[in-house]
Amino acid sequence: MPNELFNSFMTGPDERGRFGNFGGRFVSETLMPLILELEKQYEIAKTDLNFWDEMNELWTNYVGRPSPLYLAKRLTNELGGAKVYMKRDELNHTGAHKINNVLGQIILARRMGKNRIIAETGAGQHGVATATVCAKFGLKCIVYMGAHDVERQAPNVFRMRLLGAEVVPVTSGRGTLKDAMNDALRDWVTNVRDTFYCIGTVAGPHPYPAMVRDFQSIIGKEVKEQMQLNEGRSPDTLIAAIGGGSNAMGLFYPFLDDDDVNIVGVEAGGKGVNQKMEHCASLTGGRAGVLHGNRTYLLQDDDGQILEGFSISAGLDYPGIGPEHAWLHDIGRAKYVSITDEQALEAFQLCCELEGIIPALEPSHALAYVMKIAPKLDKNHIICMNMCGRGDKDIFTVAKHLNFDMSEVC
Amino acid sequence: MTRIDRTFQRLSKEGKKAFVAYIMAGDPSPEISAELLCGLPAAGVDIIELGLPFTDPMADGLTIQRAGQRALAAGMTLKKTLDMARHFRKIDQETPIVFMGYYNPIYSHGVEKFLKDAKDAGIDGLIIVDLPPEEDEELCIPAQVAGLNFIRLATPTTDNLRLITVLTNTSGFVYYVSITGITGSEEAQSDDVEPEVARIKAGTDLPVVVGFGINTPDAAKKIASIADGAVVGSAIIKELSRGKSVAEVLEFVASLAEGVHDA
Repeated sequence: MPNELFNSFMTGPDERGRFGNFGGRFVSETLMPLILELEKQYEIAKTDLNFWDEMNELWTNYVGRPSPLYLAKRLTNELGGAKVYMKRDELNHTGAHKINNVLGQIILARRMGKNRIIAETGAGQHGVATATVCAKFGLKCIVYMGAHDVERQAPNVFRMRLLGAEVVPVTSGRGTLKDAMNDALRDWVTNVRDTFYCIGTVAGPHPYPAMVRDFQSIIGKEVKEQMQLNEGRSPDTLIAAIGGGSNAMGLFYPFLDDDDVNIVGVEAGGKGVNQKMEHCASLTGGRAGVLHGNRTYLLQDDDGQILEGFSISAGLDYPGIGPEHAWLHDIGRAKYVSITDEQALEAFQLCCELEGIIPALEPSHALAYVMKIAPKLDKNHIICMNMCGRGDKDIFTVAKHLNFDMSEVC
Repeated sequence: MTRIDRTFQRLSKEGKKAFVAYIMAGDPSPEISAELLCGLPAAGVDIIELGLPFTDPMADGLTIQRAGQRALAAGMTLKKTLDMARHFRKIDQETPIVFMGYYNPIYSHGVEKFLKDAKDAGIDGLIIVDLPPEEDEELCIPAQVAGLNFIRLATPTTDNLRLITVLTNTSGFVYYVSITGITGSEEAQSDDVEPEVARIKAGTDLPVVVGFGINTPDAAKKIASIADGAVVGSAIIKELSRGKSVAEVLEFVASLAEGVHDA
């Protein structure tokens, strides 16, 4: 094929932070000098071997990387089709992929001399990861979390407090991830001199989407090597859950130019994408707009007002999606589907019973899609799904949905 | 010459500073808000900033966040805000109206269509908080081509090198954000603001108006004395949200205007 090099999907974003028409830097003037400085410092760090030496040392000895690539044999047999591998990022320290990115940003913050770290969190996994790394380095940590999420993710709130972070419940809006991000931005604009905003997903103003993707790409790089060792080839299909989309981008990115690899992102379908906005499927049910520093697909009404999403999973409950996903969707390099709460709950239980792994509700969405397609695929077809978080934090939510009374156990 | 340019020219002849008042369109209801809007010129307001309600006002403090929520709950939309301005323009042809808000409702409406509708409604300028110079192609340049002023925010974090970028493609006036923070914050200190205004004026012939953190007639007077004008928003909205009548709120607005015009 001619011009193969020039057709790479891995060259984005451009110098304006755009992936096609998505991304950009839609922030107030107060923040603009800060994100320009961040971009500059990140560009320096990216090619600095000392930076990556520090990352690798901590990834190995603190996080526990590489995470295993696990062949889910009983699940594969049960589904009776494609071979199902799980990338076990739920085994990372703090129980999710989030720490891959937090380490990178905090090391960068330290290089920039910032000692006050703020973060937003939905399910609490990014908040816990940030609180953890801040504790390790002795940095002040403030986590903004929607009041509604504080309630449904109580164990993570307690963990953050144990780790010395201040958790600020956000009551504006409906009290979910989007509102937490607004308040984190308000904090940043107020405390510009000493504060570093550690964003947890591949969204926000440039350079965040690219930077977070780069830090999470360790997932896909490892999968590439591990699959080579296990199967002597690349997987046929990659599947990952998407809220903002950082675990998915991390898995997908190193494979974008491997055109024989199918890429599927799974959005949170909530009660179903056809019913009125009781879901968080920005790509399936939204349209292009500008929020939180970037242009991307958003759930919004006719007036351009942002709508609150709905999902059983706090980590997917966000009305937007990373701009690179929006672009991959539009150009057709990746496919995006949605899975309902109910389907995710089913997958959650099946995974517990067949594999002895309690998954988080977020990857349960990815797993539900695996269950949907694996039976129809050939036995030689290899699926790799990202088990991006463990389900300890979700047991209360799941118990409620299964009508299981926790108080009667003891 | 736009309505904004003419206003500053008039004020300059009169030896007065500009009093800029911000209200949220549709707060607490479209009717009350329209009544307040129409009363502003008589209360001494030189330039009106009409807030476009948005669900996610990232640069605003609680007062304006809640005003936006009340407006949206009362059914306010971009279209209705344009209608409100059109109605005002029938009774007042002199006082400039600047739309202030966030990009998404405009983007959703369609930039070209919005500019035409805004021009038709008698809107004079735009302050769009989340459109820095880096995104000028989105709205700033098309707006100026359409004959609308695009008013840029300069902030304490805008260093001298960047100030050149910020002042390019700006028209009408420059809005200096007196604090690093959100609207309705701690009082702005005129000692801190004075050298900053001088710094900006060294780079432009445009008037420099100061806003954020100005809450009382006294503070407005102090700030206006060291700039070309002062903006008050949250303090006016607070009065309204305390359940005061439009007449009472306008009385407060008049006291702010007096402060600024005395400066």
